[in-house]
Amino acid sequence: MSANLAAFLYLVSGILFILALRGLSHPTTSRQGNIFGMVGMGIAIVTTLAVARPSAGGLGLIVLGLALGGAVGATIARRIQMTKMPQLVAAFHSLVGLAAVMVAAAALYAPENFGIGTVGAIHAQALVEMSLGVAIGAITFTGSVIAFLKLDGRMSGKPILLPMRHAVNAGLGIALVVLVVMLVATQSHAAFWLIVALSLVLGVLIIVPIGGADMPVVVSMLNSYSGWAAAGIGFTLGNLALIVTGALVGSSGAILSYIMCKGMNRSFLSVILGGFGGESAVAGDDGVERTVKQGSAEDAAYLMANAQKVIIVPGYGMAVAQAQHALREMADKLKGKGVEVKYAIHPVAGRMPGHMNVLLAEAQVPYDEVFELEDINSEFSQADVAYVIGANDVTNPAARDDKSSPIYGMPILEVDKARTCLFVKRSLGSGYAGIDNTLFYKDGTMMLLGDAKKMTEDIVKALDE
Amino acid sequence: METGTVEQALERLERAMAGLRAALEDTQMAEAAGALAHGATGGAIDPFVFRLAIFVLAIFVGYYVVWSVTPALHTPLMSVTNAISSVIVVGALLAVGISASGLATGFGFVALVLAAVNIFGGFLVTSRMLAMYKKKDK
Repeated sequence: MSANLAAFLYLVSGILFILALRGLSHPTTSRQGNIFGMVGMGIAIVTTLAVARPSAGGLGLIVLGLALGGAVGATIARRIQMTKMPQLVAAFHSLVGLAAVMVAAAALYAPENFGIGTVGAIHAQALVEMSLGVAIGAITFTGSVIAFLKLDGRMSGKPILLPMRHAVNAGLGIALVVLVVMLVATQSHAAFWLIVALSLVLGVLIIVPIGGADMPVVVSMLNSYSGWAAAGIGFTLGNLALIVTGALVGSSGAILSYIMCKGMNRSFLSVILGGFGGESAVAGDDGVERTVKQGSAEDAAYLMANAQKVIIVPGYGMAVAQAQHALREMADKLKGKGVEVKYAIHPVAGRMPGHMNVLLAEAQVPYDEVFELEDINSEFSQADVAYVIGANDVTNPAARDDKSSPIYGMPILEVDKARTCLFVKRSLGSGYAGIDNTLFYKDGTMMLLGDAKKMTEDIVKALDE
Repeated sequence: METGTVEQALERLERAMAGLRAALEDTQMAEAAGALAHGATGGAIDPFVFRLAIFVLAIFVGYYVVWSVTPALHTPLMSVTNAISSVIVVGALLAVGISASGLATGFGFVALVLAAVNIFGGFLVTSRMLAMYKKKDK
């Protein structure tokens, strides 16, 4: 296959990837988009095989590798629970990061395969591109591993604040630049591996100080990084598909991080610097006695059955309790009684962008009943009941009213404007931001203390009676 | 005698013209070769510049395409971007396919397996998620 034809085919696969993202503008076109993506990947792989013309042994290895990885990937994709999607995505990002490091290493040891020179005489430009790709790849790898551990609950979601961390990170950054210069000047493999090692350390240090509630930003940011790493390697290989994809993924992750930051009214920098959530975890214990109205499942069922309009506000707690199916059952019962039911999703609800939407979709909630914050916020004042399940900070009126609150300015779902707010919660503790929710003490609020799933199931039972 | 010199001069001129024509043809040849080289390697403009241009344009395309993604599908967006970034597998294929060095083949193979997990896992989990987004049955 001629190099021009190959370049053209790589361009085609890049365009198919663009169409894959474009399809996601609406659920009805999304499935077709995903197929475009798969075709694009197929074209890229076949083109590469046609260009490289592997030996019989090489082809055997390739088939083995694809089969091995493919089987593992397919099994994971089939078995994973939808609630564990954030962990899965973080884990997948780490694989892209590590793959970028490995490809760069392969290019270092066999540059002639990639047309970038010979061992010890690799083009300087290729080395710079390669080292950028490998550094970002390694940061993505360890960063995603830490994000995975935090999201999966294998590591505390609390921020870990090391002393002098900003100075250490800056020092590592400078050391990386020096090492890249050394690599270009001396072609030393040791410099390459030092870049890998320092980047791996940096990846850990960047993510450990970031708390659990900021994970949506982290996951999106790592998404972005994995794209930039791919683009770096794409430049080294001069591969259009890889460059285009890297740019797409990089900007996609960056936009998602931006949307997440905006949803929390925080600057990207303050999220990255970390330390939020956990410092003021004692809030709400200020000694002032405030009364909370508690209710039972029966009370809740009575209120909702007699309502005209109920808006459900799910949050991370719903994912933890796996309450989405019970929730949909409750909504069905209510609809059967002539109640209008809608769902309101805050942009940062859950642990990754769109987390709640996927869970509701899994429970077969039709997507046209699910609304984004700006589309539904005005409807709370006409709603009889707001059913808050597993969300907390995103409903805190302090973000709107209390200038001294750390979350002041964050857009909230205005559940306090509904006639009654039913708040399902395990205890009266504060949310991830560590801030007391003034909503609990409002007259129109009834607390339903208990496990989100159990409480919802009890309401379903009570609705039957 | 004078005519002889004129003739000689004309002859010289003709020869010079021929030489010039040859030289011109040569430069045309050189230009053609240059154009070929241009097509193959980017010629005078470093291929890096072209790649950078594509990269920058793709960032803009990505920017507009991603803003048009509905927020409800942000999770599938992440899993599908994750799947397509595994196109890094092309690097792994080059390393494994042409065994130039044992180490490179080893690294390439690891990258190949990791990317394959991502390709299959990413696309399948995305299609699993997208299959769940349904409209209200009426």
